Amino acid sequence: MSGFADVVFNINNLTATIRMATPIALAAMGGAFSERSGVVNIGLEGMMLAGAFCGVLGSHFTGSPWLGILLAVAGGGVIGAILAVFAIRLKADHVVTGVGINILASGATTWLMQAIWKRKGATDMVAGLGTWSVPGLRDIPVLGTILGVHSPLVYIGLALIALGWVVMFRTPLGLRIRMTGEHPEAADTVGINVRAVQYFCVILSGCLAGLGGAYLSLAQLNWFSKDMSAGRGYMALAACIFGGWNPLGGLGASFLFSFTDAIQMRMQTAQIPLAVEIIQMIPYILTILILAGAVVRSRPPAALGKHYESGHGR
Amino acid sequence: MYAVRMENITKRFGSVAANDGVCFAALPGEIHCLLGENGAGKSTLMRILFGLYRADSGSIYVNDRPAQIAGPRDAISLGIGMVHQHFMLAERLTVAENIVAGCEPRRRGLLDRECARRRIREVSERYGLAVDPDAVVEDISVGQQQRVEIVKALMRGARTLILDEPTAVLTPPEVDELFTVMRALRESGTAIVFITHKLKETMEISDRVTVLRDGKTIGTVCTADATPDSLVEMMVGRSLPVHDDERTPPRQAVLLELRDVSVAGRKGGRARLSGVSLAVRSGEVLGIAGVDGNGQLELEEVVTGLRRPGKGKIALTGQDVTGLDTGGIRDRGVAYIPSDRLKRGMVDSFSLARNSVLGTHRCADFSRRGLLLENAVREHARSIVAEYDVRAESIDQPMGSLSGGNQQKMLVGRELARPHSVVVAAQPTRGLDVGATHYIREQILASRNRGKAVLLISAELDEVLELSDRIAVIYEGRIVDVRPASQFTERELGLLMTGQRNEV
Repeated sequence: MSGFADVVFNINNLTATIRMATPIALAAMGGAFSERSGVVNIGLEGMMLAGAFCGVLGSHFTGSPWLGILLAVAGGGVIGAILAVFAIRLKADHVVTGVGINILASGATTWLMQAIWKRKGATDMVAGLGTWSVPGLRDIPVLGTILGVHSPLVYIGLALIALGWVVMFRTPLGLRIRMTGEHPEAADTVGINVRAVQYFCVILSGCLAGLGGAYLSLAQLNWFSKDMSAGRGYMALAACIFGGWNPLGGLGASFLFSFTDAIQMRMQTAQIPLAVEIIQMIPYILTILILAGAVVRSRPPAALGKHYESGHGR
Repeated sequence: MYAVRMENITKRFGSVAANDGVCFAALPGEIHCLLGENGAGKSTLMRILFGLYRADSGSIYVNDRPAQIAGPRDAISLGIGMVHQHFMLAERLTVAENIVAGCEPRRRGLLDRECARRRIREVSERYGLAVDPDAVVEDISVGQQQRVEIVKALMRGARTLILDEPTAVLTPPEVDELFTVMRALRESGTAIVFITHKLKETMEISDRVTVLRDGKTIGTVCTADATPDSLVEMMVGRSLPVHDDERTPPRQAVLLELRDVSVAGRKGGRARLSGVSLAVRSGEVLGIAGVDGNGQLELEEVVTGLRRPGKGKIALTGQDVTGLDTGGIRDRGVAYIPSDRLKRGMVDSFSLARNSVLGTHRCADFSRRGLLLENAVREHARSIVAEYDVRAESIDQPMGSLSGGNQQKMLVGRELARPHSVVVAAQPTRGLDVGATHYIREQILASRNRGKAVLLISAELDEVLELSDRIAVIYEGRIVDVRPASQFTERELGLLMTGQRNEV
């Protein structure tokens, strides 16, 4: 079984973990902001998919992957705004709306891909982001291998997540967000604009999930393929919950999920006598087990999923 | 100069006028009671002043200048603060976070926690409102949470402070503390609007009283010129007769007995009930006095079979019923008025008719071969509605559409209509207005006078004192004293209820 140990304790697993965790952690932070303000966001999947598509679209038409990233953030934000209008203004059930958004994003991106590229499975290659190799950091043994060379979005993503934690737990805005999700009426009675906070958070969550999606299409690959988010939005929601609605917690959870994914991928190539399909299941099974354990203990924001109307509570 | 003045305020919810041309004015440096029954429109009026509702018509003046109040933000900036009946606190945030949210001190874009703590300390020291800024709200007592709410309002510069039924959740010593704070605030020139329906407190603390009834102002009087009776008449439009105290001779057979009953707490926590022994006899009301959360709910649940005691025995008319389920205990003659009528006593989306047979729906009067006998059920519901003075349009309307008082009358009617020897009445008048409260209390006394044994569990000390023949005081799950009601003073009960036994 020394082959198995080689597979698990390979330093490249950690490099791959960071690579794969970034998009999930970004979307998980989006989920944390949305849910801390009281809006359930199961639409992360659709927001990521929209971001992945918009990224390729922007890069395709402008030739600049960075403009593609901007379009992805905007596209995710638009999807977030749709969820916000239905969930906040029209008081639709958050989960049903989120699922609707996922279906909408899947259908819309597939249709637009066919309309623009005349292809059914995947788009043409577009200009991708490439990698940054950080001078100094890349030369440190071990750490350099793990962190030294990555897509620029990995570094941007990690910085954003740290910033997101500061915003949520150290700024007046973050306090208002947490107050809104815990007790919207209390927030209202101290003059906090509950709706504005919720709109901001849900749209922000769309932007972050969109950025995570763009990572899939402009950093990991250089094209868009049908339904390429492949459940990562749901994993992000799981990471958000497992991470206690905290951007850093979400990052940790994403690392855990991605680490098992990295091992799974390595196992596939290591000729371990197990059906590939079973190996591929491992990260998902782990997700289920962790969530089953974590959900029991975790306590969501008290007003999560509830509708609030100023001046109508009796 | 008035601190606030409201003129001809009208507010409708659908076809109901919650406020109908109400006038109200409070002076700086006075404690002004807003008195009225539930549903009289007190909270609505103050919610309008605080910007939570918008009046359909009428005008508001703050410091004699016309004011437009479109939301709490406007009210706060005009120096109006409100402590709501249900606290507006996020339970999982800290005291400091709750207090500063919405007006956070900042330093370089970040929340300045040190400054927040300092400012909270300043306010709390000035008015004797001790709060711990770093405590998490869900970990502190209700009395402390209320202080947090008051600090919250004062930090925002409140010169008019609205307190919505602040004493409903407090123990007697906490009420005294609150009154001390209120007097200190009065000294500093704050106008305090004290919403209540309790006459005793009104007489004790207020300078002036404005009485509302059915959404209209009945009048404003100086407290010194008023008597409890004159205020009741203003509140209900008639004077209430004193309870008829005819009764059968007490001290007969023990109908309900608990022997050394214990209920374990959460793992590692202290027991919810420990070694409780009580006996309730035919023709007596045994009142349980205690601060909410000292085992009353567990006692209620154990006696009605909703929870099994960890140890100990429960007997009904001499028969051991320990471990029987609720259906079994009810069938052996327990009428049960649960403390949470919305959760346990009824189904609010069901009609009055259906609710009238909940729990007896299987008995031969109301069902045959698994089908409900609709006519019998409706007849039964009609008789309860008539006999217990339930104000309803029809027995087909959902229970949830009735007022709290009428729901409770329906429920009490249903329970007392069944054959029973023991009545378990838990918080029987919680949230009810004066009229309904009076009615329900009369029914309880009538039941006793017919020779039933009544176990009364109530957080309202006045209620326990008024109805009980004997009183048992519960503290931290133990019965710390049982005596005939006449042998307790209110002060003694207050001390016993808060565990200060030695000082009695």
